Amino acid sequence: MNETTMKLEGDRTIVIARAFDASARTLFEAVTNPELVARWWAPKSHGTIISCTADVRVGGIYRYAMRANSGQEVAFSGEYREVTPHSRLVFTSMFEGVPGEPAVVTVTLEERGGKTHMIHEEVYPSAAVRDMVIQSGMEKGMREAMDQLEVLVSQ
Amino acid sequence: MIETFAALAEPNRYRIVELLRSGPRSVNDIGERLQLNQPQVSKHLRVLKEAGLVDVEPRAQQRLYELRARPLQKLHDWLERYRRLWDERYQQLDELVRELEKAKKR
Repeated sequence: MNETTMKLEGDRTIVIARAFDASARTLFEAVTNPELVARWWAPKSHGTIISCTADVRVGGIYRYAMRANSGQEVAFSGEYREVTPHSRLVFTSMFEGVPGEPAVVTVTLEERGGKTHMIHEEVYPSAAVRDMVIQSGMEKGMREAMDQLEVLVSQ
Repeated sequence: MIETFAALAEPNRYRIVELLRSGPRSVNDIGERLQLNQPQVSKHLRVLKEAGLVDVEPRAQQRLYELRARPLQKLHDWLERYRRLWDERYQQLDELVRELEKAKKR
């Protein structure tokens, strides 16, 4: 079983890493083709996907929406800043409804030892925003967390 | 929780917390081991104390600083919850890419 690891770097960054038994080509397709993204992006225990669109080119927009088990609809959207097929993606990520600057996400894919290692790095505009995202974890109490975040970012 | 994160975001405070995992220590001891001067250490310890991460324990002639496990455990639990969210997502992605690989080989 490939393990998902997570670490915090500095005060604004979260790095999530995981190896997959697939080629970088296949993995790249699975993280960019919206029809495929719809099949994995919503964690089953959290909710179900509602819609998934992505125009994968520099300046193109994506939007992923899911209905959380609490009934609440949550959506992430952003713009692609860099698209290097099968190796690297840079895009912005907005948790819709949360004010402030978006996070910048860099995804890198590297084939090594018969696996593809995917590193997903999220850089948030501030330590407070990052920590609220971790805290919310898209679970119950998220509304509360978002209200707190709104207070924080408007300060 | 925000206080815990904020307190740990400063690299030297993080180093102090790491050091205190091996047991309670005095300001001087911490300063020597981390190559920080005493006022710096005291300042960082004050922030850590306000965040509830350390406690002071008077022992003989010295004041020893020790870690309080609870906020760190809470922090760990929070991180773990976020990690699990991604882990679940990636398990689903894993199933999908295996399926795609199989289809390609056919």
